[in-house]
Amino acid sequence: MKLIFEKSRPGRRAGSLPNYDLPRAEAPEELVRRKPPRLPEISEPELVRHFTALADRNFGVDTGFYPLGSCTMKHNPRVNERVANLPGFRDLHPYQEAEAAQGALELMWRLQEILAEVCGLHAVSLQPAAGSQGELTGLMLMRAYFADRGESDQRRVVITADTAHGTNPASVAMAGFELQKAETDDRGNLDLDDLRAKVDGRTAGLMLTNPSTLGLFDEHIEEVSAIFHDAGALLYYDGANLNAVCGISRPGDMGFDIVHINLHKTFSQPHGGGGPGGGPIAVRDILEPFLPVPAIVREGEEFRLDHARPKTIGKVRGFCGPFGVFVRSYAFIRSYGPELKKMSEVAVLNANYLLARLRDVYELPFDRLCMHEFVLSARNLKREHGVTALDVAKRLMDHGFHPPTIYFPLIVPEALMIEPTETEAKETLDDFVEAMRSIAAEAASDPRALKDAPHRRPVRRLDEVKAAKRAIVKYGFDEHPGSEPERAEGEPLEAQQGA
Amino acid sequence: MAADESYPDDLRYHPEHDWARIDGDVATLGITWYAQDALGEIVHFEPPEQGSSVAPGESYGEVESVKAVSEVVAPLSGEVVEVNSKVVEEPETINDDPYGDGWLVRVRLSDPAEVNDLLDVEAYRELLAGQ
Amino acid sequence: MSYLSLTDADRDAMLGAVGVGSVDELFRDVPEGVRLGRRLDLEPALSEQELVAHLTELAERNVDTGKELSFLGAGIYDHYVPAVVDAVLLRGEFLTAYTPYQPEMSQGVLQAIFEYQTVICELTGMDVSNASGYDGTTVAADACFVAKHVTSRRTVVLCETLNPQVRQVVKTYAPGFGLEVVEVPHRDGVTDPDDLRSAAEDAACVIFQQPNFFGCLEPAPDLAAAANDAGALPVAHVDPVSLGVLEAPGAYGCALAIGEGQSAGNYQSYGGPHYGFIAARSEFIRRMPGRIVGETTDLGGERGFVLTLQTREQHIRREKATSNITTNQTLLALGGLVHLSWLGPQGLRELGETCMGLGEYAKERLGLPLVFPEPATFKEFAVRVGRSAKDVVRETRAHGVHPGYALGRDYAGLDDALLVAVTEKRSPADIDRLAEVLGQVVG
Repeated sequence: MKLIFEKSRPGRRAGSLPNYDLPRAEAPEELVRRKPPRLPEISEPELVRHFTALADRNFGVDTGFYPLGSCTMKHNPRVNERVANLPGFRDLHPYQEAEAAQGALELMWRLQEILAEVCGLHAVSLQPAAGSQGELTGLMLMRAYFADRGESDQRRVVITADTAHGTNPASVAMAGFELQKAETDDRGNLDLDDLRAKVDGRTAGLMLTNPSTLGLFDEHIEEVSAIFHDAGALLYYDGANLNAVCGISRPGDMGFDIVHINLHKTFSQPHGGGGPGGGPIAVRDILEPFLPVPAIVREGEEFRLDHARPKTIGKVRGFCGPFGVFVRSYAFIRSYGPELKKMSEVAVLNANYLLARLRDVYELPFDRLCMHEFVLSARNLKREHGVTALDVAKRLMDHGFHPPTIYFPLIVPEALMIEPTETEAKETLDDFVEAMRSIAAEAASDPRALKDAPHRRPVRRLDEVKAAKRAIVKYGFDEHPGSEPERAEGEPLEAQQGA
Repeated sequence: MAADESYPDDLRYHPEHDWARIDGDVATLGITWYAQDALGEIVHFEPPEQGSSVAPGESYGEVESVKAVSEVVAPLSGEVVEVNSKVVEEPETINDDPYGDGWLVRVRLSDPAEVNDLLDVEAYRELLAGQ
Repeated sequence: MSYLSLTDADRDAMLGAVGVGSVDELFRDVPEGVRLGRRLDLEPALSEQELVAHLTELAERNVDTGKELSFLGAGIYDHYVPAVVDAVLLRGEFLTAYTPYQPEMSQGVLQAIFEYQTVICELTGMDVSNASGYDGTTVAADACFVAKHVTSRRTVVLCETLNPQVRQVVKTYAPGFGLEVVEVPHRDGVTDPDDLRSAAEDAACVIFQQPNFFGCLEPAPDLAAAANDAGALPVAHVDPVSLGVLEAPGAYGCALAIGEGQSAGNYQSYGGPHYGFIAARSEFIRRMPGRIVGETTDLGGERGFVLTLQTREQHIRREKATSNITTNQTLLALGGLVHLSWLGPQGLRELGETCMGLGEYAKERLGLPLVFPEPATFKEFAVRVGRSAKDVVRETRAHGVHPGYALGRDYAGLDDALLVAVTEKRSPADIDRLAEVLGQVVG
């Protein structure tokens, strides 16, 4: 399909601006733009068709089942879009006076209270923009906490699990800590002996996802917590998998001191093809003084922003965070109320049902009940038929499903990480099971069909090697000279006036 | 076109799947067939600076496929006197000809006696058999 | 609550298939000691209708820019967002998709990001853009991280005329990066190139803003040259809406261009979500943070798009990654692409000219002394109101007009200074009204 730049024709335009008939104001000559940016020149009908055609070439949860493990691709209620677009939220300037933003401040305060209750912790900052920024913020809090206690030179090491998301080690490095990896035992829990050997006075903390990226709840979480707390270290909870345990078990009760919550996973902020997200953090009381500013506080019936926090780490992004995300997640949680527990229960039931129906055709590295997701291995198909997890993923597309997460976690070869979420109907799960089973059968009977898959998408398998070798990361106007806007420099541009 | 598996007799090997061809006090370094095969099609070689020094067991550059990064480990100490510009331009040369055109750097050795610590082809093949 | 799809019969059949008698049994691996054992203490569930009523009630307690004539800016601007932006962003195929890990399922988003990257490169005069950063603050921290690795230097220089929130975020990130932050004071609203040159000795990068936080136009080419003289990477923090009339950072020697994308295609939304952009010269491509989309072909030779150069990223390089970012702001960046395509080159230029024309009109109509009379301005300018600007804001608001941002909050000695922003949504008549009300309040 053509790029928008290839549809561009000199002189065409969609947008019109008001004409105020004011004298022309100019920037000093040395600051004036000499060559106009080659933005598309396109009419509104063509613009709408272009983006509609692009939408047609994309697959969302609205299109079909999206069991992408660790991403919690649940239905995104449309009412959340309606309320986020109320003018009182959408058109509110972030520097509006507090007395004229009471509704927004109250909404954020209420969301903080809810997240504190769900996490079993004391205080919440909504500011981080996404899960990975929540991680970094949490690690900055650890730094600040130990600095405040005069232990910053000593507490240098943060431990992550070998099953961790890549963001965990990357955040550890960005926060200026040293990384140490902890091993997983043969039931998929953290290896306690390994931990005992590694945790000492140099340890600042642990970062852990529980349930883990294997979809397994750590059966020794109380012992894990004791090992770190006894050594004076802190525990950080990566909330990527919170969808499994809302109303069932709270990170604070498990012993965690800092939690980030992925609002775009558990609390249904639509993922938008890559973002936005929201990564609020909840903390135990000892860490509250270090939270980012401003804090949102309630005084009687009034809400205000509090910047006067002498021990704060500072700011991790602009203003109070991604407010529109808060509106959607708040609306989502209010539509469940205390029945949020049912959300997690059904998520776990759906996952276990899929697991029960697929375990005889794919290998199961850890034979336990799973939580909201589970990891299978296509190792058997690779060994017997040369078919890989990637081939299974691509063939699933022909059945109308988005593939699971593949090749993660790293400790499982040919991993297929499947997370159905709570919003799917049994018929959808059954259809997915049939597809996965037929692919396993096909691996034996017709492996070529898998290797060449997908067959029913707008494009066939794409050459990632070519893309990486010679990176083409923007349109080559110069190779397509016909598409350049033809306009002499300095020629005055006339606005369309009315329509 | 990917090369067939081979491990030349005249090279010395480091257990991290690197080879060295010794010519007086200069060694040519590269990665073995096994290493390039494990990575898959190589799309990038991040070379060291000419004149930088390398030490045994330490990384002096990186090779990347689409989905993996691997550090290249120096088998010997010395100073980098030449970087193979062909593999910088066309990194797939490492896959095509790992012991020939796919060499990575030339190093002037500071301690030629270190060669004795490296594996010969039999020892390296034995190591591979154990993997 | 209607977001679940299982019937009672489904649930029983599924429990049977799993081989457990109840849902509770599914949680047997959760130790007794860490179970909640009570209901969550949350308010009761609301029906959809009640939910809308509740949120409408909250929304109506906010005074948005549709209810009050507002001249607030200071980094977030009330520009017109065209209807096509809303329409495209509500398409479920974009709205409800994840990051495009599987390119055959995601050609729409991937191509859109490729087009967005192209537009950002065109605006900034750079060679490579990523798929977006969180906002205009965090991309500044990203730029410092890039500069640290490129130059191996340990200091970053921020102009005092750079948005205070951007500076605050860089200072929060810097200790983890092992970087020191140095700030360069302004002289009469803009940065002096000689001041910058001496501060930039041994610095990894210099970040200046064009137009700067006061709306003033910096001598940007001279600042970039000063940084380059000192061997520091010049980084320009720019407003996309200005780049139809103001020169592209790439054209005057910048190494990176970053900025807050909100003014192109995003609503104010009380500060987010918006998108930050970061673009660089091609030599820094392997140090770029976050997702980048690249062009390739499929098995049949057709053009297609994929996430590329992924070995930079956290899921492969882990603790050695160029950033920990994964979720970014794709949908908001898509809004930017649609808005900028709607404008086209001519519309963008007209928009910039309109903002500048309105700014000059407002300076004249307000008739208040300019805080920085010398430099030219874009879209925003600072005036003296003769007494506490905070008080003036409060009193002016009582007349239904928000006159702007009180600068004393961030700058010592500017307690009587008001930063007034005019976008294309403020007509000359609106400005007349501001002049009238401010005239009454300030006297």
